[in-house]
Amino acid sequence: MKTLDELILPDDLRYTRDHEWARIEGDLVRVGITDYAQDQLGDVVYVELPEPGQTLGRGEEFGTVESVKAVSELYLPVGGEIVEVNAGLSDAPQLVNESPYDRGWMVLVRPSDPAEIEGLLDAEAYREHLEGIA
Amino acid sequence: MTARVGTTGLVFEEPLIWERSRSGRTGFSMPRRDVPEAPLPPGLEGEAPDLPELTEVDVVRHFTRLSQWNVSVDTTTYPLGSCTMKYNPRLHEAVVALEGLRTAHPLLPPALAQGPLRILWETERFLAEITGMDAVSLQPAAGAQGELTGILVIRAFLARRGERRTKILVPDTAHGTNPASAALCGLRPVPVASGPGGVLEPAAVEAVMDEDVAGIMVTNPNTLGLFEENLKEVAEIVHEKGGLVYCDGANLNALMGVVRMGDLGVDAMHLNLHKTFSAPHGGGGPGSGPLCVRAPLEPFLPVPRIVERPDGSLDLDHDRPLSVGRVHAFYGNFGVIVRAWAYIRSMGAEGLRRASELAVLNANYVKERLKDVLHLPYDRPCLHECVFTDRNQIPRKVTALDIAKRLIDYGYHPPTIYFPLVVRGALMIEPTETESKADLDGFIEALRAIAAEAEAEPQLLHDAPVQAKRRRLDEAAAARSPCLTG
Repeated sequence: MKTLDELILPDDLRYTRDHEWARIEGDLVRVGITDYAQDQLGDVVYVELPEPGQTLGRGEEFGTVESVKAVSELYLPVGGEIVEVNAGLSDAPQLVNESPYDRGWMVLVRPSDPAEIEGLLDAEAYREHLEGIA
Repeated sequence: MTARVGTTGLVFEEPLIWERSRSGRTGFSMPRRDVPEAPLPPGLEGEAPDLPELTEVDVVRHFTRLSQWNVSVDTTTYPLGSCTMKYNPRLHEAVVALEGLRTAHPLLPPALAQGPLRILWETERFLAEITGMDAVSLQPAAGAQGELTGILVIRAFLARRGERRTKILVPDTAHGTNPASAALCGLRPVPVASGPGGVLEPAAVEAVMDEDVAGIMVTNPNTLGLFEENLKEVAEIVHEKGGLVYCDGANLNALMGVVRMGDLGVDAMHLNLHKTFSAPHGGGGPGSGPLCVRAPLEPFLPVPRIVERPDGSLDLDHDRPLSVGRVHAFYGNFGVIVRAWAYIRSMGAEGLRRASELAVLNANYVKERLKDVLHLPYDRPCLHECVFTDRNQIPRKVTALDIAKRLIDYGYHPPTIYFPLVVRGALMIEPTETESKADLDGFIEALRAIAAEAEAEPQLLHDAPVQAKRRRLDEAAAARSPCLTG
């Protein structure tokens, strides 16, 4: 398992205390789980994602991720409509481990209230959060 | 360092059973036909399933060889936390094999099945006495089905009162099946965080309890192996708002003859006969998860109910209009219930209490003797199991999984790992009462040796197991692309 300094936490992302990341892409927000989350979970074997078109609130469960260790809920960093999900994860859930911030993304959201993203942690605050729970 | 109990020897290789198959082989002879030949009804025709063709000796050798690769409670200490892998006395097998029990057909009319019915009836009475509850249904086939039945019963009870509550409280130290069972009944689980001491705080329950909450599901002892010492107070808070208290009694092995959940305000609970009451388990069953309830819930229990007629004979009563219905064919997994009955009868009240006391003593002994080498997140007296973590070993990149795999090389079954979820990198050890001090000392010395290896030579743990028939299995690949047939 990675130590804190081995974790990759890109500066251009925002984070939740539940270890999801959010990236602003124009009007949309892309969501996945952090390097810390995938490392703690271990080998991911299944990702359950919502149907596109659904609207969920901030902090609502949008799916689950199952690893050899456990099944964990996924919580939406910003409320909004799910416009797309990463269909590639059904055949290759290992992308969440191999590429958590890129090919392992999970959902693309059209935020109902774009201001919600301001309530998320930046990389530095998230790292401090991790230090607190280490 | 102590001598390892694992050793070398001749271990047979064995192919998949489909690879043993030879066309035309068969394991039994059909009796001579004594009825006229009749064609299959059209709807039943179709492709035959892909089953291997084998003789009896093929089958016996196949499974005997596989069993020799196995680590079981008949070969070694099996401290699989949360599973209560106690030894299963052979006496129970003799009882369940008695002809009158073994050959009794479930469709026998009650008048011809008084013996089996008496065993079921007595088992219900014993379990009611042990739990302090009023009525018991032996139908549920395992713990999770007991929970499901319990929540169905609670929901039916509330519906009868004209209420349709939508939520259920589930502490984070409950078994993971609890929220799933409640959700299956259409209730939304509301998580409740345990306090810093690892048990439920009344204030946390008070904060989320309202008139839309059907009840709370408490695992006691909880998944940290701790007694929910505030349960009585929690039950009062829940009852005050009209909710009911469900107790997951899967961990009762710590408390037989010591605490009766009925005295703590519990309204319904299930037990696991295949754990606490020493029926064999593993390999997926069969299990038995009887549901015990207080009198107001009895009319809602599954049908049929066993009833005693005025002449002292036993009968099956199907006329229960408020019942949630059947949850299992006939009357549950009879063979498992008979073994539990034999266990209770042979142990007696004193023996059951002693078993619980020794289960608790053994877990505390392991906890105290290992806490200087393995990180102990809750350093307080535990009940039947103790939870360590891999925190001391993580700096050497050694995880709970590596420690568990290395234990196999020392000849022990690994503990439960990565559960409970509230503890990161958990190693959950439940020795049970059937391990002697000498057995426990061997297990403790093995874990101490492994902790030393983790410091000096972590690669030994990463490579483990090396003594077993199979090396480290690729669990991720097995889960991602399972191959379930030949």
